Amino acid sequence: MGEPNLYQLTIHEAHQLLASRQLSSFELTEAVLARIPQVEPQLHAFVTTTHDLARNQAREADERIAGGDMSPLTGIPVVIKDNMCTKGIATTCSSRMLEGFVPPYDAAVIEKLNALGAVLVGKSNMDEFAMGSSTENSAFFITNNPWDISRVPGGSSGGSAVAVAAGETIYALGSDTGGSIRQPAGFCSVVGLKPTYGRVSRYGLVAFASSLDQIGPLTKDVTDCALVMNVISGHDPRDATSVSHPVPDYTRSLIPDLDGIRIGVPQEYFVAGMQPEVEAVMRSAIGKLVELGASVEWGVSLPSTPYALAVYYIIAPSEASANLARYDGVKYGFSAQDAEGMWDAMEKTRQHGFGPEVKRRIMLGTYALSAGYYDAYYLKAQRVRTLIRREFDQAFEQFDALVTPTSPTVPFGIGEKVDDPLQMYLSDVCTLPINIAGIPGLSLPAGFVDGLPVGMQILGRPFSEELLLRIGFAYEQATPWHERRPPL
Amino acid sequence: MKLSHEEVEHIALLARLGSSEEELERFREQLSHILESFEVLQQVDTADVPPTAQSVDLQDVVRADEVSPSLPHSQIMANAPQQEAGCFRVRAVLE
Amino acid sequence: MSYETVIGLEVHAQLLTKSKMFCRCSADYASAPPNTHVCPVCLGMPGVLPTVNQQAVEYAVMTALALNCTIPESTKFDRKNYPYPDLMKGYQISQYDAPLSRDGWITIEADGARRVGITRVHLEEDTAKLLHRTADGKPYSLVDVNRAGVPLMEIVAEPDLRSPEEARQYLIKMRSILQYLGVSTGNMEEGSFRCDANISIRPQGSADYLSKVEVKNMNSFKAVHRALAYEAERQREVLEGGGRLVQETRGWVEERGVTVSQRSKEYAHDYRYFPEPDLTPLALSRAWVEELRSRLPELPDAKRERFVNDYGLPLFSATLLTGSKAAADYFEACLKDGAAEPKRVKAVFDWIFGDFSRLLNATDTEIDSSKLSPQHLVELLDLVDRGALSGPAAKAVFEEMFHTGGRAADIVARHDLAQISDALQVGEVVDQVIASNGQAVADFKAGKEPALTFLVGQVMRATKGRTNPKVANELLREKLAG
Repeated sequence: MGEPNLYQLTIHEAHQLLASRQLSSFELTEAVLARIPQVEPQLHAFVTTTHDLARNQAREADERIAGGDMSPLTGIPVVIKDNMCTKGIATTCSSRMLEGFVPPYDAAVIEKLNALGAVLVGKSNMDEFAMGSSTENSAFFITNNPWDISRVPGGSSGGSAVAVAAGETIYALGSDTGGSIRQPAGFCSVVGLKPTYGRVSRYGLVAFASSLDQIGPLTKDVTDCALVMNVISGHDPRDATSVSHPVPDYTRSLIPDLDGIRIGVPQEYFVAGMQPEVEAVMRSAIGKLVELGASVEWGVSLPSTPYALAVYYIIAPSEASANLARYDGVKYGFSAQDAEGMWDAMEKTRQHGFGPEVKRRIMLGTYALSAGYYDAYYLKAQRVRTLIRREFDQAFEQFDALVTPTSPTVPFGIGEKVDDPLQMYLSDVCTLPINIAGIPGLSLPAGFVDGLPVGMQILGRPFSEELLLRIGFAYEQATPWHERRPPL
Repeated sequence: MKLSHEEVEHIALLARLGSSEEELERFREQLSHILESFEVLQQVDTADVPPTAQSVDLQDVVRADEVSPSLPHSQIMANAPQQEAGCFRVRAVLE
Repeated sequence: MSYETVIGLEVHAQLLTKSKMFCRCSADYASAPPNTHVCPVCLGMPGVLPTVNQQAVEYAVMTALALNCTIPESTKFDRKNYPYPDLMKGYQISQYDAPLSRDGWITIEADGARRVGITRVHLEEDTAKLLHRTADGKPYSLVDVNRAGVPLMEIVAEPDLRSPEEARQYLIKMRSILQYLGVSTGNMEEGSFRCDANISIRPQGSADYLSKVEVKNMNSFKAVHRALAYEAERQREVLEGGGRLVQETRGWVEERGVTVSQRSKEYAHDYRYFPEPDLTPLALSRAWVEELRSRLPELPDAKRERFVNDYGLPLFSATLLTGSKAAADYFEACLKDGAAEPKRVKAVFDWIFGDFSRLLNATDTEIDSSKLSPQHLVELLDLVDRGALSGPAAKAVFEEMFHTGGRAADIVARHDLAQISDALQVGEVVDQVIASNGQAVADFKAGKEPALTFLVGQVMRATKGRTNPKVANELLREKLAG
């Protein structure tokens, strides 16, 4: 293998070159900005690119580096999912409703990145308001999977995953409500982490389902994931659900063996609808974990898992139905003008501002909370949620981590599931329970089926991100998957 | 769980989602189908199980009563679809 | 048939915190230009999150304790969903099934003291203000977000009130409790203290509730009284006319003195409450609650009792005085140096509810922001007691003190208002009055006692009220007898 192109660098590789002055942030940024137009016509990962800002930030970063003020993310290009508020830069959630909306404030994670001299190259495409599993629900355009452009990249953070996989950025941030970081990470063969709920501030993340949403990194390898977590984690007084648990140096847990680590494999994640080839990849990946020193027990049971889908699709839409009530055409965003009276204006604004999946979920959530149905749907789901959490708690008394596939299948074809919402919902079946329980989940490349990526998901107890990263790192060091690049 | 047309219409009204008859019919079919799949939950015995509304077991998160500057008026109004006299303008609220 | 009126009141009071309920914008928006006390949080921008103002929780718990409520071990916030242009997020953060208090009571004075049950006290956030405009004959509305997110305390009472007058008494008592606690201005005209009412009538002796009517838009105590009296009468007329009452919401129209049905056929009521996922539950520890209880100030009932006992005030006067914390404080400040002899107590009370009250009303001033301090009033009373100032002159001095903030002694000196008690000086005037009022002199000498009062009046008139009437009286008797 020859010298990699600059845009293919990881954070830690680029940081080495920047620190040793072999590379400037400006050169690195230019390489990434030059890569974008080469592949973007096939991929459509970006809603907005911020060339001018990126060049300015790169110059500033170079000055900081010259002044010796440097951290691992200084001068490194990043892409942000378009549901995190960026001051002065349009933040659309890939929705007509927020087309042209320019926030007057930065999300907490953006403040943190800016404070370190990160370089923003653009805002990435997503399923509208993060509702979807394929990025086909973007109101603007579909994003294509770089491994096969006839297939979906997963979602809802599809644009972020694609940008990382295709070298349109060095790393990205996504958000994960039911798998929206991990599932596209798996489909695009990159590393994606949904942190423990409360680990990363949600302030400035446009809410989909408040009790499930969490921001996390999408990176080219596990080391990068640890480096990003070092920065974005931590307590924020503006987010009452953010936890003041100490933030470790996540890179210190990256050791290449798994001696003494107890891993369980829950049987409920290997059932009907699973592609046999994916199962085969998983078996071989789990075999590798054993080789690395872990003890693995198959057949662990989390019996409430089959209910997670229903629980999720009641709780998330219920919360969303309230979170999306603010889009009424009065204060910001799309506002229907051909209306008679206030109610008509509000109803038309929402009719034409929201796409079909968003409307479907608002309807579903409104129904689940409405008089006469609250107990049977919302409250019932909250009770089953308790059971799902308890089962994870019990499993983690016996095991340090659980391993599952990230998705039951390889990336599916564009258009394949758009007409059947329930089939689409099923593609998140392995990732949803993790948000319901609030625990962390890491997805990393585990192999390929006919050139299409398969992701492995590693789960742990709350605030066990260090352990998940250690397992991921050991596996990554022992396998070649993370080094493969899509054929573009 | 089969939804009736009237139920779907009522939900759309609660959610303030303007909808064509065609949309309402599509919602009716799809939501009925989805709600049917939720019926599995009725198999779960949750008699003594408390509900979980949040993913973290935090409590008592409050802040001190301190004032910070508000945002400049121009920034508050910058995204306003319609404005007048420093206010957001809307169609008549009173009938 | 005679009917009984059944009334339940719901009070919303803005809390006197520095910052808003869920963000750090200033809650003191009264004189601010539109949309200048607004941040992304209270504007309900995408991505923002609320944080709970601890002081608001403290104020609400203090209020609940003052209203004899039970405080549970924990409480939580819920989302109340109702899209409306004055509600920035499309839902209001409120409290539903775990309010921060329940089951209290207060006493009102209505044919003797009577308890009124308090159902619950809970916290929520205020809405934006809608301003209604017309252009080219077409109505539209403007939204000012300054008020949105100001802490609002909702106090729900049991339907224990039986007349508009009792409702008024309840509100006066409730407002005075909030003012004593220092948690709200209680200003109804400015909208920081609001009241909605549920009212129904039923045949005397019946325990049933007929259709409840909710009455809104009452912006003063007087409006509450008028609206409820109107509504009770309207309901009686409907029933006696053989009509049926419907459960509905009616708005009070002040100018016309009527309630009008607020039919909003488009509005579907289903608030779809669910726990606010952005906020954590709050534990209300017993130790904290007890600490707050120990910090409660003296409340109106206790103060009234003390005023009766310590100052010998009649119950009626004590009730009047303690109805306003500011007046009660003023009263006590005037008596604080222990000089609480009955004559002085009465004088202070009479001044406060006499000229002072008249001038305060005329100038729309609150007693605690008056230029005339308790110390200044005490100085004036001392001058009167020493006989240095006559009653009528004191009134004139008081009025000037009220307007200028000047001190009694200075005003007296400047206008040469000191009372004339000197027998020689008064004697001269008395001689003139006797000389020019022959008829009255004759009457008095003929045994008509009232003629003397007339003559004293003439002396007073001749000296512009400065003469000590006692001296004038004595001298007149002396000279006319001689």
